[in-house]
Amino acid sequence: MTFALTPERQQELARIVARYPNKQAACIPVLHLCQEQHGWISDEVTRFVADTLGMPAAQVVGVVTFYSIFNQQPVGRHQVWVCRTLSCALRGAEGLLHQCEKHLGIHAGQTTPDGAITLRTAECLASCGTAPVMQVDKTYHENLTPERAREILDGLRSR
Amino acid sequence: MLQRTNYLSSRYGVPDGHRIEAYLRDGGYEQAKRALGMPRKALIDEVKAANLRGRGGAGFPMGVKWGFMPPEPKPGKPHYLVVNADEGEPGTFKDRTLMERDPHSTVEGCIIGAYGIGAHAAYVYVRDELHLSKARLWGAIEEARARGFLGAKPFGIDYPVEVYVHSGAGAYICGEETALLNSLEGKRGEPRMKPPVPAQAGAFGMPTTVNNLESIATVPTILKLGGEAFSKLSALHGMRDGGCRLFGVSGHVKTPGVFECAVGLTLRELVYELGGGVAGGKLLAVIPGGSSTPILRHDELVDAPDPKAPLHPWHGQSVLDVPMGVDTFRGLGTMLGTCCAIVLSERACPVLAMHNLMRFYRHESCGQCTPCREGSGWLERTLDRIVGGEGTLEDLDRLHEIANNIMGNTICAFGEGTAMPALGFLRKFRREFEDFVRTHGASSPRNLAL
Repeated sequence: MTFALTPERQQELARIVARYPNKQAACIPVLHLCQEQHGWISDEVTRFVADTLGMPAAQVVGVVTFYSIFNQQPVGRHQVWVCRTLSCALRGAEGLLHQCEKHLGIHAGQTTPDGAITLRTAECLASCGTAPVMQVDKTYHENLTPERAREILDGLRSR
Repeated sequence: MLQRTNYLSSRYGVPDGHRIEAYLRDGGYEQAKRALGMPRKALIDEVKAANLRGRGGAGFPMGVKWGFMPPEPKPGKPHYLVVNADEGEPGTFKDRTLMERDPHSTVEGCIIGAYGIGAHAAYVYVRDELHLSKARLWGAIEEARARGFLGAKPFGIDYPVEVYVHSGAGAYICGEETALLNSLEGKRGEPRMKPPVPAQAGAFGMPTTVNNLESIATVPTILKLGGEAFSKLSALHGMRDGGCRLFGVSGHVKTPGVFECAVGLTLRELVYELGGGVAGGKLLAVIPGGSSTPILRHDELVDAPDPKAPLHPWHGQSVLDVPMGVDTFRGLGTMLGTCCAIVLSERACPVLAMHNLMRFYRHESCGQCTPCREGSGWLERTLDRIVGGEGTLEDLDRLHEIANNIMGNTICAFGEGTAMPALGFLRKFRREFEDFVRTHGASSPRNLAL
């Protein structure tokens, strides 16, 4: 099966490519665009990006495997990252992560059986002054308590 | 000396302070308009006089960096301005506040900076996770364009400028300027060998200046006050470390946050006045400017008996009372870095703190250079063993040896950024490490959180 972007995203792709002096420079933003639609970077997506930007597929794979944001397998509908680096750790990130794991019944790195949530750890999210922090999809939740984290996770299950 | 200033963060508390109306009310974009009418050399001289030391951590003077660019672009060799907003150094959270709460100062800084270095395009490289920052920057760019401040003729002046936001994808190493350039070009974010420096061959092989986002966002203030007056805000003006900047404090303090002050604040003031004091007992140590800067103990004293030493005026005093500057902190054997301090109270275990950071560096090493790729893994695994209660005293020597073998043997400064803090922890907390090993961890509070 081949991969194709929606017409709106295809237009966005053209706008992205126009920002750079060559097509390859659009590789990372275009991978973001594809992942937004498809959830992860499958072989079909890789081929699409390579063909669209005139790059060897192996080079696109090299990019995908370098950056932690690109998913190399399917993930849950929602992605949750708990920051574990020092400033957050000093303000209870470890306990927060345990709470999340216990509440969801999975370990960091896994997806809930209903496919709703993938839980992961993150390295410093630049939110040290409002630690601990958890990123849910595109949103930061700062100054988190375990109680508030549980509420947020419960809210995601129904969405 | 604690001197709060209000140039960079004056719109932080203002409703809709991120919108162009708020920025224009405060005289926004007047400096960009003025700059586009200045001779380029005069503009660079003004920025040089400001003595702005790069806010990304290395502390290189921004005006001097601009001066490295060829005076005029050669045909077929366009110049580029690249703004580094890949903020990810543990403990650092200041650039994000500028992007979220006052994105127009960055856009105006980009117009001035692009003109200053002879570029027509500026790319602001923002780490992917900061979605609100990216949205605010794009919003500001659109608002500025709608007013005719960007595009083919900004302010009606025949000097085209475009500003773009480029998203990273989750890699700390892309904060290293040459890794960032590779990432901007759509490649793996692996640092490049220098030379050539970016001013010779940077983005897309063209002459490029890479500036930290706070540095760029400060440029309109420099022009507004005048370079020299800006520099003189600082208590360290005489050491060519000028102006005001954003200070952050996190970890075990009562009121963590970002505060704008004149350069020359002391760590004691940052922790006890701005940070509201230590939470959870007494102070143990401070990591002064992001996790790569070696830790300072609460009981360390300045050792500069030579009257000619720059730190001699503080000889015998606590390191907490030395003004925070690029050169003063280098003199203390650490670095000022990003000026965002992480505070550890006596209830935090230094062994666990080092373990936490070494896990970070192992995770973020790009893997290009063997000493760093393998060394960061060995550091983490040796610490895993120690933290698990199975370490030996030989392991402590081994940690030293591994760190020393990373140092100086890698393409980029990530190697030093890993080894220096590692050695700092080992040297300054030798007794705590030995006790931890001997008691299999029983000597430790076994905790980082309060």
